[in-house]
Amino acid sequence: MAEIELRHIQKYFGAVHVIRDVNLTIRDREFVVLLGPSGCGKTTTLRAIAGLEEISSGEILIDGKPVQNLHASERDIAFVFQLYALYPHLSVFENIAFPLKATGMAKAEVDRSVMAIADALAIHHLLSLRPSALSGGDMQRVAIGRALVRRPKALLLDEPIGALDAKLREDMRVELKRLHLENGSTSIYVTHDQVEAMSLADRIVVMHDGILQQVGTPSEVYLRPANLFVAQFIGSPVMNIAEASITSSGGKVAVELDGESFAMPHDLVGMLVEKNADRISLGVRPEGVLLSHEEKAGYRPVEAHIIQPYGPFDIVDLRVGSQTLRARTHTGFVEKAGERVWARIDPAQAHFFDTASGNSLEIRLSE
Amino acid sequence: MAVLATLDSGSRAAARGWSDLAIRNAFILPTIAFLIVFNIFPLIYSLGFSFTEYRVSLQKPAEFVGLQNYADLLSDPAIWRSFTTTAQYVIVSVGGQMIVGFGLALLLNRPFKFKGLVTTLLMLPMMLSPAVVGLFWKLLYDPSWGPINYALGIGKFEWLSNRVNALFAVAITDIWMWSPFVMLLSLAGLSAIPKSLYEAAAIDRASWWYTFRRITLPLVSPLLLIALIFRTMEAFKAFDLPFIMSTASVETIAIKLYQMAFQGWDTGRASALAYIVLIVVVCITNIYVKYLNRAKER
Repeated sequence: MAEIELRHIQKYFGAVHVIRDVNLTIRDREFVVLLGPSGCGKTTTLRAIAGLEEISSGEILIDGKPVQNLHASERDIAFVFQLYALYPHLSVFENIAFPLKATGMAKAEVDRSVMAIADALAIHHLLSLRPSALSGGDMQRVAIGRALVRRPKALLLDEPIGALDAKLREDMRVELKRLHLENGSTSIYVTHDQVEAMSLADRIVVMHDGILQQVGTPSEVYLRPANLFVAQFIGSPVMNIAEASITSSGGKVAVELDGESFAMPHDLVGMLVEKNADRISLGVRPEGVLLSHEEKAGYRPVEAHIIQPYGPFDIVDLRVGSQTLRARTHTGFVEKAGERVWARIDPAQAHFFDTASGNSLEIRLSE
Repeated sequence: MAVLATLDSGSRAAARGWSDLAIRNAFILPTIAFLIVFNIFPLIYSLGFSFTEYRVSLQKPAEFVGLQNYADLLSDPAIWRSFTTTAQYVIVSVGGQMIVGFGLALLLNRPFKFKGLVTTLLMLPMMLSPAVVGLFWKLLYDPSWGPINYALGIGKFEWLSNRVNALFAVAITDIWMWSPFVMLLSLAGLSAIPKSLYEAAAIDRASWWYTFRRITLPLVSPLLLIALIFRTMEAFKAFDLPFIMSTASVETIAIKLYQMAFQGWDTGRASALAYIVLIVVVCITNIYVKYLNRAKER
């Protein structure tokens, strides 16, 4: 079990700056997910922690000890590779036993440990097979078994279920969560899939262009995105974002999107003045767009033009001036395109960003 | 594009009234005719000779003697001596090539400056003609003024005059010439091993030696076996280098065969010896192929 700390990590590939001053502390037994689009530096960060990639500057500490100059084999960290990297010429048993035998463990002890892991992963029946005879899910189980068998200080996983099909991914997600609960090893998990990140993580680290964008629990990054990038990267369907202006006339405050105005509470004006942002972007998730069939206070008429049924809910695109506002409704709430409904933006679910910097203005309104 | 091109030429040929079958035959038949005339016919013809008393140099018809030639050869101590020499030569020369070639491949299997140039230069020896190689190594080995004795400071050491020294001297030349071949195949095998396996082994805390033994060697072994098959077959038939460098001292089976066929003109018996050599080579190769298949299954 281990605490991992990254201090001012920088990494260049030639002239390309891949990791930019990353600072992060991962607590003992914590499950942290590095989330970001491809090329954001998350895998490089993970490989740097494992010792598979040298960093250009900065410090990596495991349990307080600097390890950035140690070879991967001296860091006592397990790594699950995206494409498994199982030894093709060895049986499943030999694959799992490899890290134990490599360090000279006695045969009886090796057998016992491998069997225990095979039990935990329910892969007993595969032990005599070669990796080429396994399905993707089973290969991944074996790779995880090989990582866990030696009870490493920390477990690093690089998109471990990215290559599996959707159904299997879901199963493996649950299995990974269960294994983490049972083993409790400090885990760092890299993915570009926000659903995986949300469902597995104790804390999510959102990365973009080699920079940490936000570190927080899944609900923090979902409910209080630190900037426009996080707001749009997390959540599906994506958050509605549009440049907005705030109008205040006759004691009524409204946010105006492309000429259409939506009512907002009074406090907004004061809060915005304090923040002193030139241009403002409004963000609201589809579930923050409230719909009604009849006219209500604070609601304004809009036209629905595309309806996407998801099963448990529908996503309805509303026409607001030349822009589209995406709302989440009960299944079948809007029956057909072209229907007129009344819409409102829930102030409690509205996010305000400084358009220029992209940073959140940290404005939280109540109903 | 390639597919389109094939289709296109196929349809053009078809327009000229050639069927696919006719086109195929037009390509294959000349080769088959060549093989029949120069390989298969002599093979069968010499099998016939091997059961006769026959000399190409005399105007006498072949006289059937059954297995007499084979019996004579197999009870001839000179033949056995020759086989022993050949076996020793194969072991020293192929063993050396495998070690040097694989060692070079291990050194080359990493990125460094001028890697392509270095690899190409290392391959030069096997591009030379064996006759040329034999001649200049003979000069290098010269007891009185050869640079090898001078460099090693061993006086007038006789490399090529006695049997043991000459065997090693010729084998060293063969190693020099053919290690690059083993190196090339090994390099292909080594570079085909995914980097991620080495990363996994590092993560698994395997030492360099453990990784080499459990990952590198097993995964490269099919190509090493192919190199071994080719080199053994070649070394078993070794003629050019021993012939040029030291006919008297390194009497390999191929040299024996040559002497029997073209100096003694004992055509029947030489044919029988050729068949014995063929059988031995086929047997050895089969053993290797069996290992190769087993290695490939992994």
